[in-house]
Amino acid sequence: MKYVDEYRDPQIAQAIVNQVARTATKPWVLMEVCGGQTHTLMRYGIGDLLPRGVELVHGPGCPVCVTPLELIDQAIHIAGLPGVIFTSYGDMLRVPGSSCDLFQARANGADVRIVYSPMDAVRIARENLDRQVVFFGVGFETTAPANAMAVWQAKQEGLTNFSMLVSHVLVPPAMRLILESPSNRVQGFIGPGHVCTIMGFSEYQKIAEEFKVPIVVGGFEPVDLLEAISMLVSQLEEGRSEVENQYSRSVELAGNVAAQRIMSEVFQISDRKWRGIGEIPQSGLTLRDEYAAYDAERVFQLEPLDVEEPRECISALVLQGQKKPIECPAFGKRCTPLTPLGAPMVSAEGACAAWYQYKRHA
Amino acid sequence: MCLAVPGKVLNIFGEDPAFRSASVDFCGVRKTVNLAFTPEARTGDFVLVHVGFAISCIDENEASRTFRYLKEIGALEEEGIVLGEPSRPEVVAS
Repeated sequence: MKYVDEYRDPQIAQAIVNQVARTATKPWVLMEVCGGQTHTLMRYGIGDLLPRGVELVHGPGCPVCVTPLELIDQAIHIAGLPGVIFTSYGDMLRVPGSSCDLFQARANGADVRIVYSPMDAVRIARENLDRQVVFFGVGFETTAPANAMAVWQAKQEGLTNFSMLVSHVLVPPAMRLILESPSNRVQGFIGPGHVCTIMGFSEYQKIAEEFKVPIVVGGFEPVDLLEAISMLVSQLEEGRSEVENQYSRSVELAGNVAAQRIMSEVFQISDRKWRGIGEIPQSGLTLRDEYAAYDAERVFQLEPLDVEEPRECISALVLQGQKKPIECPAFGKRCTPLTPLGAPMVSAEGACAAWYQYKRHA
Repeated sequence: MCLAVPGKVLNIFGEDPAFRSASVDFCGVRKTVNLAFTPEARTGDFVLVHVGFAISCIDENEASRTFRYLKEIGALEEEGIVLGEPSRPEVVAS
């Protein structure tokens, strides 16, 4: 492979920062809604490079973070049942439930295995027909088609020992929730590049039009994000509210049609609870009735739990960009990545954890 | 969680679009990747891979740039790509 560094080149970055400084005449509040982007923005201190007045706030963009406490507790419960192999992406294992996390469940004897693809979980099921293999199906729209394909293939093969504990959330309903709040501060959004690789951006055009808010679909590297910020500031200064695509090297308007097709074959849109925020109508995915035999909640006849979040945690306000992590009295004291009280501190992509890692001493 | 790693499609197996997969090279580490969502992908193409699935085709310059970036920020291991280890032959996922 050849090496091209333009997306991290400090001179290019500086030129874009200068462009933003020349364009911005008023203060503007911008939000990114993807945890991968949050991580890049914090790691490279991009907020500190911007002219005074252009403020970045970090959205609810981490599916690991917003998976409800109840579901983590149910995952730990299932993992501990005899004969179960519980499979999950690695980052879910560190997320604390109300009493322990999946790593501790494994230390206590549960068969918990990290996989990098849902197809690995299907393979484990195929190789262990005498065991029940459960996969923790977490993610945004980026991950949903892969998880859908795993369920679809398991059904095609007639596997009866594979099921999925589904915790899928969708980005546009969360953006709507933020914009509908009377205390909303967000004036422009950096759109999630890989979510839009799958879904395209027509849904975002509706949001831009309805709420008169500019959205720029952005990539994940520092210069991608600076470009997206510059495009947003230009739109805001010019009074435009359109969807623009900075990440055109991966994103097309219609998205990935083959991926969307399998998603809607296997999943249907449903209400979902978001950790730290609460229930958002029509904001997630659930397996369709035709795939009920692959739904771990039904296979293991789980009773709905209702677990209360720690009261001190202000994560709902942080996830909607209304408060900064540092404004929380528990931040860095009673709440750290090792002892998180709430959603944005539980994964490295959460706003509080990223703040803790990169800005705590600033 | 939503990162995607670029790699080069080496050889493709399977005719059925839903089960089409390929051996994909990530700077020396080879993995089997499902191509169900990139029916246009051909041998020699560069694809962005998320949780074992190619989600889009990108050009070679973009692929190398993104790969180096992910390496720099230490994000490859999270996606199961450990550089410097000889790649093991994998069971081909159907």
